[in-house]
Amino acid sequence: MAVTEAPRIVTSRLGFEDAHTLGRYLATGGYEGLRKALAMTPEAVAAEVDAASLLGRGGAGFPAGRKWAMLRRSPVTYLVVNGDESEPATFKDHLLVERDPHQLVEGVLIAAYALQVTRAFIFLRGEFALGLERVQAALNEAYAHGAVGRDIFGSGFSVDVVVHPGAGAYICGEETALLESLEGKRGFPRIKPPYFPAAIGLYGAPTVVNNVETMSNLPWIVVHGGAAFAALGEGRSTGTRLFALAGHVNRPGVYELEMVKTTFADLIHAPVLGAGIRHGRQLKAFIPGGVSAPWFGPDQVDLPLGQDEVAQAGSMLGSGSIVVMDDRTCVVRAAWRITRFFSRESCGQCTPCREGSGWLERIMERIETGRGREDDLDLLLDACDNISPGVAWPPQQTTICVLGPSIPSSISSAISMFRDEFLVHIKEGGCPHG
Amino acid sequence: MSEPTPVAAPRRSSGAGPAPTHLTGDILHRARQLLALYPEPRSALVPLCHLAQEQDGWLTPEAMVDIAGLVGVTPGEVLGTATFYDMLHTEPVGRYVVSVCTNIACLLDGAVELLEHAEDSLGIGVGGTTADGTITLEEAECLADCDRAPCVQVNHRYVVARTSEAFDQLVADLRAGARDGEIPPHGTLVRVRRTAGIEADPAAVAEERRLSAEARAARDAASGPEGGA
Repeated sequence: MAVTEAPRIVTSRLGFEDAHTLGRYLATGGYEGLRKALAMTPEAVAAEVDAASLLGRGGAGFPAGRKWAMLRRSPVTYLVVNGDESEPATFKDHLLVERDPHQLVEGVLIAAYALQVTRAFIFLRGEFALGLERVQAALNEAYAHGAVGRDIFGSGFSVDVVVHPGAGAYICGEETALLESLEGKRGFPRIKPPYFPAAIGLYGAPTVVNNVETMSNLPWIVVHGGAAFAALGEGRSTGTRLFALAGHVNRPGVYELEMVKTTFADLIHAPVLGAGIRHGRQLKAFIPGGVSAPWFGPDQVDLPLGQDEVAQAGSMLGSGSIVVMDDRTCVVRAAWRITRFFSRESCGQCTPCREGSGWLERIMERIETGRGREDDLDLLLDACDNISPGVAWPPQQTTICVLGPSIPSSISSAISMFRDEFLVHIKEGGCPHG
Repeated sequence: MSEPTPVAAPRRSSGAGPAPTHLTGDILHRARQLLALYPEPRSALVPLCHLAQEQDGWLTPEAMVDIAGLVGVTPGEVLGTATFYDMLHTEPVGRYVVSVCTNIACLLDGAVELLEHAEDSLGIGVGGTTADGTITLEEAECLADCDRAPCVQVNHRYVVARTSEAFDQLVADLRAGARDGEIPPHGTLVRVRRTAGIEADPAAVAEERRLSAEARAARDAASGPEGGA
């Protein structure tokens, strides 16, 4: 099992209590990637990232190098880091911003240089009070160290970085909603096209939006080369990735694992990782990549942790968060809570999402609380079909952003995998789990 | 829309609240510093709302008027934006906002039971504030701390209070002020101040602002459904 053999790329410093300080960062190779990058041409830095085949770590998995290449040439361009981590059960960026903020800052500076951007924004969700303080402190230290600001490290390249606090809205993780929020407005996703902010982004200027973990990989990639990164993993899923494991396992936590080489079964059961299901219980179901993803059952547990592999099996690796449910879990309750989340967090722009999520939530609630009706399952699937025609994966979209088509995933998964449990709820007038 | 709209403060909806509070002193000074970080002033709207909450604990109508003036929008636009965001409170809240997550990972680990205990022991429902003004209870969506589920934050700082007993101890500590060093009053989000200004060439910044305004105007002019790329 390849669980522990891969190098630690983004979690290498987490053993140190003071990993967030400049002193520790410099003592462990910090800012060497930036120095090396500044000695290269911006194009050469971008070429290394392209060679690394670094897939975006936010959820969609779009190659960072290609995103960068799409940046429209313009007198003003921006770099925006998406640290609005809010996908339920995703908690990897939380770790990176609190424990290794300099690594994030260095990654941002490398990207800014490669893209020749002179202003970058790090958007962090407002609920990360400590993370906001840690990143601001790191940035202050980096300015004093000459790594940010004017003529960084004497290279002639100047860039300013601003830490921007969000204020609590899941939808701001959607990159165009994030840009609207950064412009001081409600976080309403923008109408597509343009599909990418690389064409029209912040203040109408071409903008690259990258995730915190994506940025945090850049110092290593520059120091070791894109080829070394691409040598890890398999196929399109290169390098390592942070997997956030939560739910009914003995050792929930964030684990950095080589892509594809590890399976869900390894992650859940290996003694150094999840260490198995709690209280000796059995696995009932798991969500492989955030609550927008269709669920998997015990039959899929041997799938590798790879983007394409999970997609071919009908779900997504998404944000890299895995939620494990044991055999005592009420799946109706679980799916209802996820649906309620979407209903609360729908921004309200599009009717299918705004109205549909509310309908679904109310129907799910009445089933869970014993007021379900015979035809509720058909009604649920019909409402799902109105939000995302066909209720298939990958989903069809009737809305401005992907929040809408994410709503049916848990309901349709739960019904198709555990239809009998829904029927028991309806016929016996309540939840058999109490 | 041709007639000028009088600029009025959004009305207080809770009767006789605290005295009117405008942004003053150090807070106003910091507000101006924040504005300088952004190519367009409106970008400072949310950070300024946080700053107003740092001063008053919540976002007062007077502060919204001040923010509107600073970023160049109407007070209604500040209110309309602020109400989109869960962390911005347009009604007074307690000194400590206690948020209990009940989303999927926490649900699987007893979060609903913990929240019920919180309601019972505090004698308030979700959204309520204790009579002494100390604690406001909120049910949160995922707070990204799922390996320590059920997750609880106080004023957006993680605390570990996974059982009823631990929760009661937390509340007792908060009431006694025992965690004040670690948890500032509600509204103070980031205690670390930015020590560097915008250092890039001022002429380049001015040029950047001009170009970004142009790009924005071009985008607005072409913002039909097919507008853009």
